[in-house]
Amino acid sequence: MRVGEIVTAGFLALFSIYLMWKSTELPIGYIAGTGPGGGAWPFWLSFIMLISCLAIAFNWWRGTSPPSQSDEPVLDSHGWRSLIFVGGGIIGFVALVSIISMYGAIAVFLFYYTWFLGRHSLVLSLSMAIISPIALFFFFEGAMRITMPSGLPFTDPVFNFLYDIIY
Amino acid sequence: MEVLSLLGNGMLLSLQPLNILMILLGVTMGLFIGAMPGLGSVNGVAILLPVTFLVPPGSAIIFLAAIYYGAMYGGAVSSITLGIPGASTAVATTFDGRPLALQGRASLALVTAALASFVGGTVANILFTLFAPLLASVALSFGPPEIFALMLLAFATFVGLGGDDIPKTILSICLGLVLGAVGFDQISGAPRLVLFEYNGFLQGIGFLVLAIGVYGIGEMLWTIDQTRGEVTATTPKMTLKGMASDTKEATKRGWKGSMIGSFLGFFVGILPAAGATPGSLMSYGVAKMVSRNPKEFGKGSIDGVAAPEAANNSASTGSMLPMLTLGIPGSPTTAILLGGMVIWGLVPGPRLFVDEEEFVWGLIGSFYISNVAAVLINLAFIPVFIWMLRMPFTILAPVIFVLSIVGGYAAMRDIFDLWLMIGFGFGAFFLRKFDYPLAPAVLAIVLGPIAEPTLRQSLLLSSGDPSIFFTRPIAGPITIAALILIFLPAFNLIRRKLGNKKKPA
Repeated sequence: MRVGEIVTAGFLALFSIYLMWKSTELPIGYIAGTGPGGGAWPFWLSFIMLISCLAIAFNWWRGTSPPSQSDEPVLDSHGWRSLIFVGGGIIGFVALVSIISMYGAIAVFLFYYTWFLGRHSLVLSLSMAIISPIALFFFFEGAMRITMPSGLPFTDPVFNFLYDIIY
Repeated sequence: MEVLSLLGNGMLLSLQPLNILMILLGVTMGLFIGAMPGLGSVNGVAILLPVTFLVPPGSAIIFLAAIYYGAMYGGAVSSITLGIPGASTAVATTFDGRPLALQGRASLALVTAALASFVGGTVANILFTLFAPLLASVALSFGPPEIFALMLLAFATFVGLGGDDIPKTILSICLGLVLGAVGFDQISGAPRLVLFEYNGFLQGIGFLVLAIGVYGIGEMLWTIDQTRGEVTATTPKMTLKGMASDTKEATKRGWKGSMIGSFLGFFVGILPAAGATPGSLMSYGVAKMVSRNPKEFGKGSIDGVAAPEAANNSASTGSMLPMLTLGIPGSPTTAILLGGMVIWGLVPGPRLFVDEEEFVWGLIGSFYISNVAAVLINLAFIPVFIWMLRMPFTILAPVIFVLSIVGGYAAMRDIFDLWLMIGFGFGAFFLRKFDYPLAPAVLAIVLGPIAEPTLRQSLLLSSGDPSIFFTRPIAGPITIAALILIFLPAFNLIRRKLGNKKKPA
């Protein structure tokens, strides 16, 4: 945790400098007749962020913050494993939205999580994976009139069938 | 007396069978729309606006106002049970509502939210009835310096009174404000902070993207890591006796937060361009400030649930005030209501109370009826919401992830925002590991787009002289109070150091 805290503060300090630099693309001073320039607000806020990072680093050096006193790892092997499996599942979910549609991605993700990670029965996992997207389809597309991504053209027959039910 | 007579007539009008049906339908639909992550009153009112052309204008506005009420109650449901804010107005409810649910006290949190919402709605209705024209003129006297001072006060409550690490809190606030500045400069219209030259950032970073990322995805990753995926605390039981006991506890421990939220929420709600979200966040900050146990906030404080919930309901009524009396909407939802009124041939503004007396008092009467209907319907549905928490965690977790992604997309309609949401979720997970408070960042991204233009307009008014924030009669005291709160931790530190020096070795 101790190393992690200073690395995080360093990363945030670099990000603050980047934001300060990006802010200077617009004027950061006071312009007579028009007021503060468009870059002033983010520039000075990023500057305060940088100062805060220095204060965090100072507290780390003095060892006053709880993470700076801890020798525990940021994540143990179980933590990394669950982060990879769960986080990877979410990334896969969003990646699939543009390919097999939002509802298809929901079905795959729910099945992956309940069957593979949750170790639930095949019947329960399949039921959730099939019923939930259909229910969400009728709620969003039918009741709320909110269109979700429908993926690549090969999903069209399924959507045409479902839209025929709604309209 | 005349006001009471007009209100009585208005209530009789709203108690007609068609209007009662509209209220019950509106409140129930609003409750469920508000409970869906990513959807709030603005979605409900916008989607159902065309439906109202089937009924007379009086019944139509009552229906839409009932949806507004129901959605305000419903926003708390997903904040508490799932940890995902149902709408921006319910973000502050997540801070303490979710910890209460994780302690197995979701029913207490839900009952507190419902009762506080009822108190907020009632106080706002009374203030609305008695002082509508007067309050509208007070709201008009709030110019850019006053509104900026108010925003500064909101940030100050987080800096001066949080038990959290002060540099990390300040960093969190500034990060939220900078993220809120991404997209276009509001005044010159020039592209600003297009990070890594990626065009997706041109449309800015939506508040819900950060909120769902932090509280939906980040919170779930955190829970899975901390509990090793075996969450056992969320197995609350719901019985009539338990509900009665929760009601008693919520009343006893949440009255202070409810009162703060009711008055502050109403006042912030009537300010043009403010609305229920800043109102609820500021009420949370003030409730924490005046609490005897500020350290309890963020860990499951009853006042921490009551204050924002009372405030968002109170503010939603308050935001109708400038709409009806001045024709200025106080929130996105009232902007749609305003549009509806214009379509129905009504002209909101000072003449409305004279020209359309029956309509106006029928609407005000319906606020009271809708508020009662909303609390009863909400309490009746609490067992259903509690049932959700009894699901095994390995089923609840993917459902929450799905609702986060779907809700995020429904609100923003852009795949890029889903990637951002995931990024914020992972970022929030790691920042939380190192004790960075994330609530101030969420507060800042909401208030930033209000704070920046008001600061710039104020400095333009004063030709760059910052004393404008100290010399005006309303802005001055608010700014000074904010600065005292900001420097409070430094004062406390010096006092502690001096105290240590005086102690004999």
